[in-house]
Amino acid sequence: MLKVQNIQTYYGNIQALKDVTIEVAEGEIVALIGANGAGKTTTLMSICGITPPRSGEIFLDGDPIHDFSPENIVKKGIVQVPEGRRIFPDMTVLENLEMGAFLRTNKRQIQQDLNYVMTLFPILEKRQSQLGGTLSGGEQQMLAISRALMARPRVLLLDEPSLGLAPLIIKQIFEIIRQINKESSTTIFLVEQNANQALKLADRGYVMENGRITLVDSAANLLSNVDVRKAYLGI
Amino acid sequence: MDMEYFLELFFSGLTRGSIYALIALGYTMVYGIIQLINFAHGEIYMIGAFVALIVAGVCTIYGLSGFAILILAAAIAILYAAAYGYTLEKIAYRPLRGSPRLSPLISAIGMSIFLQNYVLLAQTPDYLPFPRLIPSFAFMDPVAHIIGSAELVILVTTLVTMVLLTLLIKKTRVGKAMRATQQDLSMARLVGINVDRVISLTFVIGSVLAAIGGVLVASYIGQVNFYIGFLAGVKAFTAAVLGGIGSIPGAVLGGLIIGWSESFAAGYFSSDYEDILTFVLLVVILIVRPAGILGKVRKQKV
Repeated sequence: MLKVQNIQTYYGNIQALKDVTIEVAEGEIVALIGANGAGKTTTLMSICGITPPRSGEIFLDGDPIHDFSPENIVKKGIVQVPEGRRIFPDMTVLENLEMGAFLRTNKRQIQQDLNYVMTLFPILEKRQSQLGGTLSGGEQQMLAISRALMARPRVLLLDEPSLGLAPLIIKQIFEIIRQINKESSTTIFLVEQNANQALKLADRGYVMENGRITLVDSAANLLSNVDVRKAYLGI
Repeated sequence: MDMEYFLELFFSGLTRGSIYALIALGYTMVYGIIQLINFAHGEIYMIGAFVALIVAGVCTIYGLSGFAILILAAAIAILYAAAYGYTLEKIAYRPLRGSPRLSPLISAIGMSIFLQNYVLLAQTPDYLPFPRLIPSFAFMDPVAHIIGSAELVILVTTLVTMVLLTLLIKKTRVGKAMRATQQDLSMARLVGINVDRVISLTFVIGSVLAAIGGVLVASYIGQVNFYIGFLAGVKAFTAAVLGGIGSIPGAVLGGLIIGWSESFAAGYFSSDYEDILTFVLLVVILIVRPAGILGKVRKQKV
């Protein structure tokens, strides 16, 4: 479904992604793990058109999208929950959710999806008229995921959804990600430093080091891989 | 203390202040979105006044009268200014997006000097008389010594403009896109907002407000020249900083404070001091509250 082929992304003269190739099939959960600065976030930003690759190709359902503007990529159904949640701090929870549906016009469907995310995260309904900036970290992450769902994504990209959250909340968030994947058959591409959690959730995984993909395998195999265990699981 | 005199100063301060606020909104909205002080903003105001002067001249030849001329002149001035604002952003700031913050700032100062000199060459360095387009209303006669017809028109116009602006920002789709872009530009792109379009729109709106201010002031004061944008721009910029740059209510509050302080300073001390007081106020506020009265100190996350 989503195919990233040999992309090279630069920041000025510094090459952040070297020949990265990733494939995500429809309905799959794929995890991208790696250390700080490996290029995980850049990979997502390249897919979303924020830092477009200098060379290489990105396809969605076989259509090239690597020279699309970010809003056209969102229109195509690729939506990102960025690192650090990036809630609009001076907008209410409800307005944040509405911003997620910015490109959609069908009011009835938007209302349906509002109801859906509020059943996923009942706390958001309670907080709907509160400013986004006043929420706790966990609530902001729930809001960030919900905001992305409001765009009715076909591929949901998640950047470090567990970052800075309490273990119990992390568990809840990962459970919901699984649920989103199952219920609406949304394809999920997940970037994580928390390799253990991510690989337990994912079907397949990619390992990234210094801007390169160094390993691809099923999540189960990666979990038992000696090198991966040493480097990322601390075992 | 003479109450009538006080009220007269109060309303004249309110009038000036609301014009400063109108111009300050342009500075603050642009700053809020791209953190740029658009130093050429005062020149847009001046160009608005000049276009109105030209249109008014043509209309007078064709025998139109007072209020009709004002509306027509204002409408064309607004269109012109909007086009200038749009083009200004496109040629002077957009190519510099992503470069160090000092570059667009210097470009802004350059555009300001360019536009002043362009009008100086195309028109004249002299003060030109601007027709008094705002008629005297008979119903204002009993209070004319406190608040004149022109002041009333200015107050009503700025009030309506600000209410419309607030509704635009709070309620409409583009308004929400503007707020989102102001709060987090790259997140705005990730939800599918065309940020370039939002930035263009912000310049257009700011320019429209400046043009409205330009037309109102010109027909109130009765003269224009190529340099009027400078002082008005500096005062409005001061108002925006005073209120907290980036904050829309802050710009209005800052404008009113400066309008009143000038008016009272001129009325009770001497008109020689009105400009000084503005800048003294600015210095004091910057020492006590560097972010401005309503400005927020934003935490920078790394």
